[in-house]
Amino acid sequence: MQFGLSETQQTLKNTTRQFLAAECPSSEVRRLIETDSAFDSALWKKMADQGWMGILIPEEYGGFGMGMVEMAAVLEEMGRALLPGPYLSTVLLAGSAIQHAGSEAQKQQYLGAICRGEAKATLAFLEESACWSPERVRMHAYAHNGGYVLSGSKRFVPDAAVADFVVCAARLDGELALFIVPSSASGMAARPTPALDGTRKLYELMFDAAAVPEGALLAKGDRAVAALEHAFAVSTVGLVAEMVGGMQRLLEIAVEYAKTRKQFGRPIGQFQAVQHMCADMLVWSESSRSAAYFAAWAMSENTPEAATAVSVAKAYASDSYREVGNRAIQVHGGMGFTWENDVHLYYRRAKGSEIAFGDATWHRERIAKLVVDRSDLLVR
Amino acid sequence: MTNMDLNLTPDERQFRDEVRAWLQANVPKDWESRRATEDMKDRFAFLREWQKKVFQAGWAGIAWPKEFGGRGASLMQQVIFTEEMARATAPPLANVLGLMLIGPTIVNYGTDAQKKRYLANILSADEIWCQGFSEPNAGSDLAGIRTDAHLDGDHYVVNGQKVWTSYGWAADWCALLTRSDPTSAKHHGLTYILVDMKSPGVEVRALRQMTGETEFNELFFRDVRVPIENVLGKVGEGWGVAMGTLMHERATLGAGIQITFKRQFDRLTELSHIIERNGRPAAEDPVIRQKLAQSYIDIEIMRLNQMRSVTRMSQSGVPGPEGSIQKIFWSELNQRFQQVASELLGPYAQLTSGGAIDDGQWAYNYLRSRGNTIEAGTSEIQRNIVGHFVLGLPKSY
Ligand SMILES: Cc1cc2nc3c(=O)[nH]c(=O)nc-3n(C[C@H](O)[C@H](O)[C@H](O)COP(=O)(O)OP(=O)(O)OC[C@H]3O[C@@H](n4cnc5c(N)ncnc54)[C@H](O)[C@@H]3O)c2cc1C
Repeated sequence: MQFGLSETQQTLKNTTRQFLAAECPSSEVRRLIETDSAFDSALWKKMADQGWMGILIPEEYGGFGMGMVEMAAVLEEMGRALLPGPYLSTVLLAGSAIQHAGSEAQKQQYLGAICRGEAKATLAFLEESACWSPERVRMHAYAHNGGYVLSGSKRFVPDAAVADFVVCAARLDGELALFIVPSSASGMAARPTPALDGTRKLYELMFDAAAVPEGALLAKGDRAVAALEHAFAVSTVGLVAEMVGGMQRLLEIAVEYAKTRKQFGRPIGQFQAVQHMCADMLVWSESSRSAAYFAAWAMSENTPEAATAVSVAKAYASDSYREVGNRAIQVHGGMGFTWENDVHLYYRRAKGSEIAFGDATWHRERIAKLVVDRSDLLVR
Repeated sequence: MTNMDLNLTPDERQFRDEVRAWLQANVPKDWESRRATEDMKDRFAFLREWQKKVFQAGWAGIAWPKEFGGRGASLMQQVIFTEEMARATAPPLANVLGLMLIGPTIVNYGTDAQKKRYLANILSADEIWCQGFSEPNAGSDLAGIRTDAHLDGDHYVVNGQKVWTSYGWAADWCALLTRSDPTSAKHHGLTYILVDMKSPGVEVRALRQMTGETEFNELFFRDVRVPIENVLGKVGEGWGVAMGTLMHERATLGAGIQITFKRQFDRLTELSHIIERNGRPAAEDPVIRQKLAQSYIDIEIMRLNQMRSVTRMSQSGVPGPEGSIQKIFWSELNQRFQQVASELLGPYAQLTSGGAIDDGQWAYNYLRSRGNTIEAGTSEIQRNIVGHFVLGLPKSY
């Protein structure tokens, strides 16, 4: 048993950190937050040159076919740097759905474009009900003229305005279906819905009889549900890794401040009330890290406990990132409440991340289904 | 380092299967109900016999050197064994302090003669150990101990008092932290001595704990003569030796406990389908479901943190101050978990016998978990250690 990064994985993580320190410092994060889409094409191009777009995509489609653990290592660094923009939406959400369910032609076309850095994408799932269960998808699709027509509205869609195509969940003949809708489709419009986290912009996507060709259907029925679950699981692990990176950074910022800020003639870090807040931050961030990498490994090995592992990681990290943020602000005193201090940027990201793909309560219920409602206990 | 792989290696798997088969054939049945029905001393004698059997089968001291009675195997194998023990609901080994804390300290600091003298007897449970660190006026501030040891010829003469000494009543030997230089301050001038509990002048008094048991004791030492060769490590450098013991305590105590928690969780889950709450099985109550799931998360995170720390320890060889993270985590987790159990069991949670669920085990667990954030260094002290030694914050004292 070996539960730690290998040398190659560690090197990948280190180079990611160096790249982001140079290309996406906090000044750049702040600049991008103020833009409409938090997207920078020059940065995107450089990220593609690093090979990040194809991290999970098999070589035959232009990617590098690395594993979930490598993905998590890279995402941890992205979360640490608060990298803005549509990386997670493109590579993890849309990319995994297409990789899981796409036809050969769809994979060649869309995954190839993602790997080359030519396409940004996202996945539209939630609706007004704001429920993460596939059964709650109501948006209507029907076959028409050899293609399909989509009507309805999607909420909380990340990065929709810069996406070149959207993987969209809808109901076709009563079954769940996934469509690949190009941004050029007539009848589809994005409306910004500004949210707390400015690094990951959210939109409402409106479909007014948007027509797509026959080849736009990605999957239907059980295959669509499986593809969606896969995309969410991959994205959740990636997101949790990001959250770990964010917690790590918050801990470092708070400890650094505690060592330098003086009150009562001594560094505030000498007061136990402050030390204990920092100690708790360490416990939460290290524990979240254990959970994140275990989930990544369990998914890459397809172990039976993978589903539980993903929910354990997301539930734990959702509560932890918020609490780490609370402590980080508290340690900073009034300074922590200013716009100028970076801590609130993480605090905002923590809230967005907590909500995305189901909050702690949602994942705890999922765990209860997996470990409390066990059939061997029910049959008696 | 190889790629991350949380599966057991083929060797580890084979080892696990061997352990599993042996335990299946040898674990005594229905021993668990003994807590409720049996005298503590009888129960201890039973656990001692059980450890002897484990030792004779070659399973005691798995990571200890072969020449001193151990198996000379890896830390990972030690962890596997501990986990399998818990999984098989095997009785615990009687000499827990000797095995977990004092033995490893002797392995690190002992002379060859000392290793030969003590280690095998720890493994076979022929000699039971206790840890005499805390004193009435020196608990968290351990370096403030005053138990005096002064040299008289080729003996140290020990005078003083220890308190909260677990298993003092059962112990043949005591790992005693003393002040050998009365003029010294705090961390200097301390000496770690191994004291035969049968020496004249050693008195063991019962100290009843809040669970009602008398698991720990007060120890009194009056002119107790201890041969000089019983000093472990160097005279005056006992603080470093004691820290070695405490780091082992924090780092290793968790392995078996995690599986015990998991087993308790599985049992609680089972009970949740039987116990009613508002007219339906507790398992269907959304609030209980949330709490059970949170307990599952906590117990699982504890396991994962442990696997990371075993990996780290296997590479570096010694436990580090991160052990404090583990200690904080498992002790506070158990208190939360026992509260969840209590809520789930409702009025039954308080019964200690007479129709109590699981022989009153849950009521006992509830009280016993309260000691977890105090024993082996309080949660506050662990957070200080994390602040001072892991995060590098300026010392508060
Ligand atoms: C079940 C059990 C078994 C035990 N077994 C053993 C044993 O086998 N051998 C042995 O030697 N000891 C044993 N102990 C003793 C244990 O190690 C001590 O109780 C513990 O270290 C605390 O010391 P104290 O009781 O003197 O409390 P104190 O040190 O007086 O602490 C009281 C309170 O003050 C807080 N406090 C103290 N100092 C600080 C500080 N610097 N910063 C912040 N807060 C502080 C503590 O956290 C605590 O909340 C056992 C205790 C228990 C409960």
